[in-house]
Amino acid sequence: MIRYALGRLTSLVISLFVASLVIFAVIEVIPGDPAAFMLGVNARPDTIAALRAEMGLDQSVVTRYFDWVTGLLRGDFGQSWTYKTPVAELIADRIWVSLPLAIYALILSTLIAFPAGIYAASHRGGPGDITIMGATQLGVAVPNFWFAMILVLIFAINLRWFSAGGFPGWDNPFQAVKSLTLPAIALALPQAAILARVMRSSLLDMLGEDFIRTARAKGLTRRQALWKHAVRNALIPVLTIIGLQFSFLLAGGIIIEQVFFLPGLGRLIFQSISARDLIVVESVVMLLVFTVIVVNFAVDIAYAAVDPRLRAKA
Amino acid sequence: MSILSIRNLSLRIGQTDILHDVSLSMQHGEIVAITGESGSGKSMTALSTMGLLPGGAAPQGEIILDGIDILQTPESDLCHMRGNAMGMVFQEPMTALNPVQTIGAQVAETILIHEKTSKAEAHKRAAEMLQRVGLKVAPTRYPHELSGGQRQRVVIAMAIALRPKLLIADEPTTALDVTTQAHILDLLRDLVREFDMGLLLITHDLAVVADVADQIVVMQKGRVVETGPTQHLLTNMQHPYTKALFEASGHKVDLPMRTTMRMVSAYLLHAKHIVREYPLPRKTILGPRPVFRALDDVSFHIDHGERVGLVGESGCGKSTLTRAILGLEDVQGGDIRLDDEPVFTHKHPNLVVRRKMQVVFQDPYSSFNPRHRVERLITEPFHLLENPPTGKAREAAISKALQDVGLSFEDAHKYIHEFSGGQRQRIAIARALIIEPELIIFDEAVSALDVSVRAQVLDLIADLCRKRPLAYLFISHDLSVVRTVTDRVMVMQAGKIVEQGKTEDVFTNPQHPYTQSLIAAAPQLPELPHAVETI
Repeated sequence: MIRYALGRLTSLVISLFVASLVIFAVIEVIPGDPAAFMLGVNARPDTIAALRAEMGLDQSVVTRYFDWVTGLLRGDFGQSWTYKTPVAELIADRIWVSLPLAIYALILSTLIAFPAGIYAASHRGGPGDITIMGATQLGVAVPNFWFAMILVLIFAINLRWFSAGGFPGWDNPFQAVKSLTLPAIALALPQAAILARVMRSSLLDMLGEDFIRTARAKGLTRRQALWKHAVRNALIPVLTIIGLQFSFLLAGGIIIEQVFFLPGLGRLIFQSISARDLIVVESVVMLLVFTVIVVNFAVDIAYAAVDPRLRAKA
Repeated sequence: MSILSIRNLSLRIGQTDILHDVSLSMQHGEIVAITGESGSGKSMTALSTMGLLPGGAAPQGEIILDGIDILQTPESDLCHMRGNAMGMVFQEPMTALNPVQTIGAQVAETILIHEKTSKAEAHKRAAEMLQRVGLKVAPTRYPHELSGGQRQRVVIAMAIALRPKLLIADEPTTALDVTTQAHILDLLRDLVREFDMGLLLITHDLAVVADVADQIVVMQKGRVVETGPTQHLLTNMQHPYTKALFEASGHKVDLPMRTTMRMVSAYLLHAKHIVREYPLPRKTILGPRPVFRALDDVSFHIDHGERVGLVGESGCGKSTLTRAILGLEDVQGGDIRLDDEPVFTHKHPNLVVRRKMQVVFQDPYSSFNPRHRVERLITEPFHLLENPPTGKAREAAISKALQDVGLSFEDAHKYIHEFSGGQRQRIAIARALIIEPELIIFDEAVSALDVSVRAQVLDLIADLCRKRPLAYLFISHDLSVVRTVTDRVMVMQAGKIVEQGKTEDVFTNPQHPYTQSLIAAAPQLPELPHAVETI
């Protein structure tokens, strides 16, 4: 098990290194000189050159990459060119919105998907199964911002239970969670629909396995066989989807953040790209990549916890 | 008093009749074997007895176990009886266990769901039961760490943990090697005597039946055609189906003498010192990768027109050798040549050689693309030729190949699902024959077939040998089949050929201890006094 974890950890470090190279290279080739962009069309060439020097853009690519990576390792993400504040501060503000939102949405999606998927699989072909599968079909097809608008219409405008947008900060945790509730539901519903379908089909595969028949021959009821033998085996594909969904929820909440006026990472990255604030873009993207790779590492470890066959493999 | 009595059991699933008027009875400490070919209703009789029929099944009649009619018992009470009054062992030990639970926990579960006892006590009893079934590994191991034979012991321990009155074993040794099969059958026999339980053994293997059963029930198409005490039935079989079944089971083909070829000095296939290694996962992160040697200095040859057998247990390297001969993979050492040309050159199979070799695989169901017609399926090897026949010549080739295997040209336009398992294997042979190869590899080609169909396919192979000089390598785990269709046999163990020689010599006077143990472990069909007169 420790060897398995070390193996996964090695691949994590390699992935991060390769990702940093790719991100740096992509940002390098994006057209548009940030210094020229910041100073506007009428700027004089020597002013632009001075700013380039100040921003370090006149140094060699290797030096800049090296400075950037060592900075990241020290927690120094550099200075934003447009906001004139340290990038680390910018990110820290935003991540306290995006991370809780992603986790909130993931918990909701799992809480909806697991019972729905398990119920549908154990009542295959029955009215409950057909209803759940119909609902998930709808959930997969309808985009989350549409859900978001419907939720705002019903719960914010008509019922006035929630505010229609904005984020009051974490000084009052109850208000903070409340303001994230509608966005989390809007994000969670399509994900829950996907997850429920995966859970159902994975469980149905397991219920057809020989060891379920063995369990029934031992005297387990249909229900006991499902819970004691099928569910844990069905988790592997479900965990894969959960890992992918977390990454999506963290970075992909941009539209939902716009709909609900939430100051999250998605909006930050969007604004930074428009302003050619490359140092912010680089850092946020690197942070997202880091999160995705760490989540995948966690999923790999979870696989091994679920399935002893994986522990043996290095 | 009989422990199990099935009276007039009939079964329909949807519109299909599965069983008609099946009756049998069994005493304490008795082994009753149900035998018959696929589709005879053996397994459905077993599942009816366990009350584990699929949805939509409508059984009628009586199944009385220890005074209780299973068919009249509600599901909740059946759950209480399963594992307690009756246990079941299945065919496929590789998939019968839950991969994410320890074997000890799975045996203990049988005890825990039926008895009010502490977890520790249940695990202690589970460990004792695992020891009783002869398992020498710790109960904390997971199924994937065990071999097929060991897993089957775990399944048996699970089924008998509460000492049920009836044990049902559905093809318990079919997926196992012969030596393992012998051990498992011994274990079952001992357990029946020790626990005084009844064993309902479902098997298609008549040699096993004759070996262990006290009573035989022969089934055909959902009906019991003949039943009786083993010795009596073997010496006095009445029903023509029983006779045909035993005859097909011990079928000896009339293999023509090897036609003396024009004196060719070189061997047809010559393999010298082949070594094939597979890398294993690293033990430490940066350490060297250990290797598994699947073929270890294997040397042999096949002459023109010679029929050679290859026997050995699973994992001995038979399949690896097949792939090496076909040039599908490179080898790490040695040299394989067909007609003095290497089979593998420049990281690819050598096409010049490949068109002289064809292969027939085990599974007639999955080795065809279901969306193509037979004519396209059997002409697939044409792509190996530089100038494949077209038009009339192509049709003639298709027609000849199909007729050679006992089918007709009309069959060329059908799809593969329209054929039975035996016909599909004929089509596979037609596909191999169509480019008139010099060497055919039969890789467990008759292992998935029912005995009567197997006998026909073996006859077909002998027949083909009569029509043209045919050289083949016949790979099988079934010693009796290899004995009847080969001139020479090679025995393989752990990647090495441990013995080779004329087939009759090896079988009558094996030299290597491994060959001796293989032959001793293979169950023998008894000599049947009347077998000669049948059909």
